[in-house]
Amino acid sequence: MYPSRFRYEAPRSLGEAIDLLRMGGDYAKVLAGGQSLVPLMKLRFASPELIVDINNVPGLDYHRADPDGTLRIGALCRHADLERSALLAGTQPTMAAAAPLIADPIVRNRGTLVGSLCHADPQGDWASVVLALGGSVVAQGPAGRRTIPVADFVTGPFQNLLAPDEIAIEAVIPAARGARSGGYLKLERRVGDFATAGVAIALETSGDLVTRAGIALTGVGGSTIGATEAAASLVGKPLTARAIEEAADLTAAVARPRTDHRGSAEFKRHIVRTFVVRILSRADAAEERAA
Amino acid sequence: MTTVYEDHDDEPASDIPVRRIKFTINGAKKIAEVETRLLLAHLIRQGLQLTGTHTGCDTTNCGACTVLVDGRAVKSCTMLAVQADGHSITTVEGLATASELHPLQEGFREEHGLQCGFCTPGMMMAAKALLDENPDPTEEDVRWALSGNLCRCTGYQNIVKSVLWAAEKLRSQSG
Repeated sequence: MYPSRFRYEAPRSLGEAIDLLRMGGDYAKVLAGGQSLVPLMKLRFASPELIVDINNVPGLDYHRADPDGTLRIGALCRHADLERSALLAGTQPTMAAAAPLIADPIVRNRGTLVGSLCHADPQGDWASVVLALGGSVVAQGPAGRRTIPVADFVTGPFQNLLAPDEIAIEAVIPAARGARSGGYLKLERRVGDFATAGVAIALETSGDLVTRAGIALTGVGGSTIGATEAAASLVGKPLTARAIEEAADLTAAVARPRTDHRGSAEFKRHIVRTFVVRILSRADAAEERAA
Repeated sequence: MTTVYEDHDDEPASDIPVRRIKFTINGAKKIAEVETRLLLAHLIRQGLQLTGTHTGCDTTNCGACTVLVDGRAVKSCTMLAVQADGHSITTVEGLATASELHPLQEGFREEHGLQCGFCTPGMMMAAKALLDENPDPTEEDVRWALSGNLCRCTGYQNIVKSVLWAAEKLRSQSG
């Protein structure tokens, strides 16, 4: 399979890349890891006239924490970098749990977190994780930079808020005010398959009280789903068995799964509920061990 | 190097976007003129006539087309050939020397790590990337590293054994 013909540019600066996009208009696409875009082009679901490959733009492959704990992930930071990251393992339990579950090890060598957010596949794992963490995307265009919460950034399946001449240069995860816990669980039929269902939970606790909670779902609806009511039900309380059950019920209620070859809608909803209980029970256990 | 493509369209030749790239393949420096939409797998197989790299599913699933780009395992059906510009590619042909098999190739022979052989080049390249990073992997490490490569014959058991065999041989050579 071949993509249809396109012009290819590999600029060496962001400014040059944005100029190229401005001239390319609606028919230009940014290429980072290419692990979603290249397959889409081969299938002719995407036929851009201009590819702006940003792999030669220096200084975008980072992931680092600001002094205040804000985490920044550059547009060329690969899934594999995050999987091997001591920073994530030490400070970001939800992200550290998700990184090894993205696609397969070879795809993780090239694919990027920021690219995954831009691709906005309802089956994409990172969108759920970043949504649960309350993260944002930083877009740079001719007029400068703007920061867009991921909840607004993803506007629908395979659709995002970027203007044609903007590049998503960074994802930002806000600093935690409490102690972080949480996780990501995904059911897949085999490595590399899309999620049958996935649940991301990010908690912050102070003492035995939950001070912030985020819950988001992968693959059980036409877009990434934020379970805001379920998350709100956890805040201000200790993580008791009753609170966990209530959050699990509220989360399962907002899932909109469809019956397909991966399972029935009922089965997927059950998985969502089970995953919420599992992640929260582990978070609870971790706190007990710490105490 | 001359690359000849199939012509399926009516455009004049001047409208066909082509780029000149420089890259290294199995240690040899090359210059190529490639159509921008050419995939790395096809540059390797058709352009360079290195047919050890197999294209299986052509949809980023099976891993038969795995090569190393600057030492990292990549599915060459999911990277544009133009993106190889300035980079170093290793294919399965880069493993053996003129007189000696690579320990991974020996391992696949000793432990019967292949049946039809279609997935083998990709398995070996994914295993090479693992052993370069982790010379002493556990069985679990090997299974994890090869989880992006499909084999429809072996049930994987002997592939895992082959990689562990190679790891031991490489350690004994370096130790």
